[in-house]
Amino acid sequence: MTLQAVKLSSLKKGDSCIIESFTNEELQLKLMEMGCLPGELVVVERLAPLGDPMAIRVSGYTLSIRLDEASLIMVTASR
Amino acid sequence: MKNSIQVSLVGNPNSGKSTLFNALTGLNQKVANFPGVTVEKKTGVCVLGQSPSGEKIKAHITDLPGTYSLYPKSIDEQIPLQVLCDPDSEEHPDITVVIADASNLKRSLFLCSQIIDLKAPVVLALNMMDLLKARNIEIDVDALKEALGIQVVPINARLGVGIAELKKALLSPLPVPVHDFIDIHSIVGNFATEIKKIISTNSAYAAMQAVCNYQLISYFTSRPEKKMQLEALIREHGFAIPAYQSKETLRRYEVITELMKNCVKQTDVVSKKNVTATIDRFLTHRVWGYAFFLLILFLIFQSIFSLAQYPMEWFDQGFAFFSHWIESKLPSGILRDLLVNGILAGLAGIIIFVPQIALLFFFIAILEDTGYMARVSFIMDRLMRKFGLNGRSIIPLVSGVACAVPAILSTRTIQSRKDRLITILVTPLMSCSARLPVYTLLISMIIPTQNLWGFVNLQGLVLMGMYLIGFLAALGAAFVFKFLVKAGKRAYYVMEIPVYRMPRWSNIFLSIIEKVKIFLFDAGKVIIAISIILWVLSSYGPGERFAKLQEQETELKKSGENIPEEIENQVQSQKLEASYAGLMGKWMEPAIRPLGFDWKIGIALITSFAAREVFVGTMSTIYSVGKDNDNLLTVRDKMMAEKDPETGLPRYTFAVGLSLMLFYAFALQCMSTLAVAKRETGSWGVPLFQFAYMGALAYIASLVVYQALK
Repeated sequence: MTLQAVKLSSLKKGDSCIIESFTNEELQLKLMEMGCLPGELVVVERLAPLGDPMAIRVSGYTLSIRLDEASLIMVTASR
Repeated sequence: MKNSIQVSLVGNPNSGKSTLFNALTGLNQKVANFPGVTVEKKTGVCVLGQSPSGEKIKAHITDLPGTYSLYPKSIDEQIPLQVLCDPDSEEHPDITVVIADASNLKRSLFLCSQIIDLKAPVVLALNMMDLLKARNIEIDVDALKEALGIQVVPINARLGVGIAELKKALLSPLPVPVHDFIDIHSIVGNFATEIKKIISTNSAYAAMQAVCNYQLISYFTSRPEKKMQLEALIREHGFAIPAYQSKETLRRYEVITELMKNCVKQTDVVSKKNVTATIDRFLTHRVWGYAFFLLILFLIFQSIFSLAQYPMEWFDQGFAFFSHWIESKLPSGILRDLLVNGILAGLAGIIIFVPQIALLFFFIAILEDTGYMARVSFIMDRLMRKFGLNGRSIIPLVSGVACAVPAILSTRTIQSRKDRLITILVTPLMSCSARLPVYTLLISMIIPTQNLWGFVNLQGLVLMGMYLIGFLAALGAAFVFKFLVKAGKRAYYVMEIPVYRMPRWSNIFLSIIEKVKIFLFDAGKVIIAISIILWVLSSYGPGERFAKLQEQETELKKSGENIPEEIENQVQSQKLEASYAGLMGKWMEPAIRPLGFDWKIGIALITSFAAREVFVGTMSTIYSVGKDNDNLLTVRDKMMAEKDPETGLPRYTFAVGLSLMLFYAFALQCMSTLAVAKRETGSWGVPLFQFAYMGALAYIASLVVYQALK
């Protein structure tokens, strides 16, 4: 069964998902070097008090990423 | 074995790289810039051991900027590439030490694997082994060694564990890595082999790095024929860099994942209570997070003001005593004058502020070392972005509180060119430590020493207000520039939020030493020089009038002791007025009169263009020349005793003091800042614009405040 891919930026605190693809090549290279690879599990740890950026847990550490950057990452929900 | 080897230290940000560097080199370190760029270059010497003939074997260690990959995304990240991949580089190492965060092994191994494939001697230092236990992770070091084909040394840089073993590994003759980490040819075919023919290297990966980054490598920029051959090959093969990098990255992580199955055991998947997450729930909370940040700022400024007071008083008394001593030992004359009123006055003006700078950097270093700075960026980003800045701008801005010079240098971590330019433009508005002497002096003159509600130091509160004004002005200016500066290439904010760690006191101590040194020697020599020039300017003057006054003075001295002090003072003061400095101050007085400034302040405005703290030194010199030298009062008391010649009331009223403080808050009176801004932006346009807009701001603010309050 294939799940619909959504933008990472649309997730809420506590949600978890799997990285599906990137819609920006430059950001893709940077994130992949940091260990955010397609297939990797991502957990939204929290949003900043003003709603942006978001803190995500991926590959054993925490990343801070702006919502407009997170919107370039397509993810599928994980249960 | 050579008696001296070059070692490069590379690793991810937050991997404990600087702690390891400090553990290896201690106080034997120097800070400079990498040639051609203004990226901080830390080098240090470490004695590894003794050769059979009894000579010391030393390692010259270069601490390279933290990076996740050899492919640079910012100017800082270019350095590891340029040092490691450029055989012409001055720092090109005999051995590379890769430091890896063992609790984040996968990501650390990515950078390590790239360096392994360069096929040069490399040692992996596995740091933070202590964090593994808490996470129930076990690393089989021997299996890792086997799989990577290089030396692996487990260390704990914070506790100094494993440092001796690391030194031993550096002493032993290291072979090049035994096998390739990934097979480049499986990605690019024989393209790499053809490149290898152009540049003499044993590594296919080094060849590919050359293809992707040749514009950054001096080996090619100084050999145009090689560069042209390379470009021809790239065209011929229709080689696309991003697609290749993406494939390479995926391939590396595939191999790493496989390798970790054999070398790493996670015994218990259920993780225990996560301390960092618990703390962050509070520190990034919508109310408590900001409250805590404000409290931290409040604490810093209160303690700078009250704690630093004690050592400052000791220095003050020490210098007064020393000046007195010199005066009693030396015969009066030019030499004694130069020593006491020129050199000593300048020295006192520098050293007295060391306690405040040390205290401030003590706090900044703790904020950085614990990982709290990253949270500040996290909770501030949305707000900062509204003003055309970046969550990362908060770090240069906060550092700007200490000094705009290192702060402007630290804007290099901001990848967006527009955000970076705006940060450079507004950072000098933050109240730097050089303004602190000026504020301290003036606040102590116009604000009474009393406590508000019994515990809030009123002077400290006003000081905090000055810092807030600077911060708000910086935000306001940034908001305006947001619309004026054109956007460049898109940049990303993505950054790691490290786990909380206890501050490492040795790191903090070394950071304080470094900053104080920069202040004492960089700002210090300017201050001494200016102090001496000023002494000359205020001791000599042009024309007959000055000569007459000098004669009058000599006659007064000859005629004995029964001359009233007042008359002598008057002659002294007239002499200063007739001096070169007095003429310069007088010349500009009409322009600054509406701000409440007289010609004495005018002189200080001119001289403190070199650096703001010169204001205090200038005032010391002006007033010690203007008054009799037998009674060495502090400059503050002398200024407070000054009367307005027209009204007979104290010269430094609340309105004048505030107007002057605001002028110093806004005006860009610092040639070091201008010089750094020129270097960082590559032209005089930006610094000249900065000088103009900040000067206009200062003039208007002082004018309005003085006219409203006088």
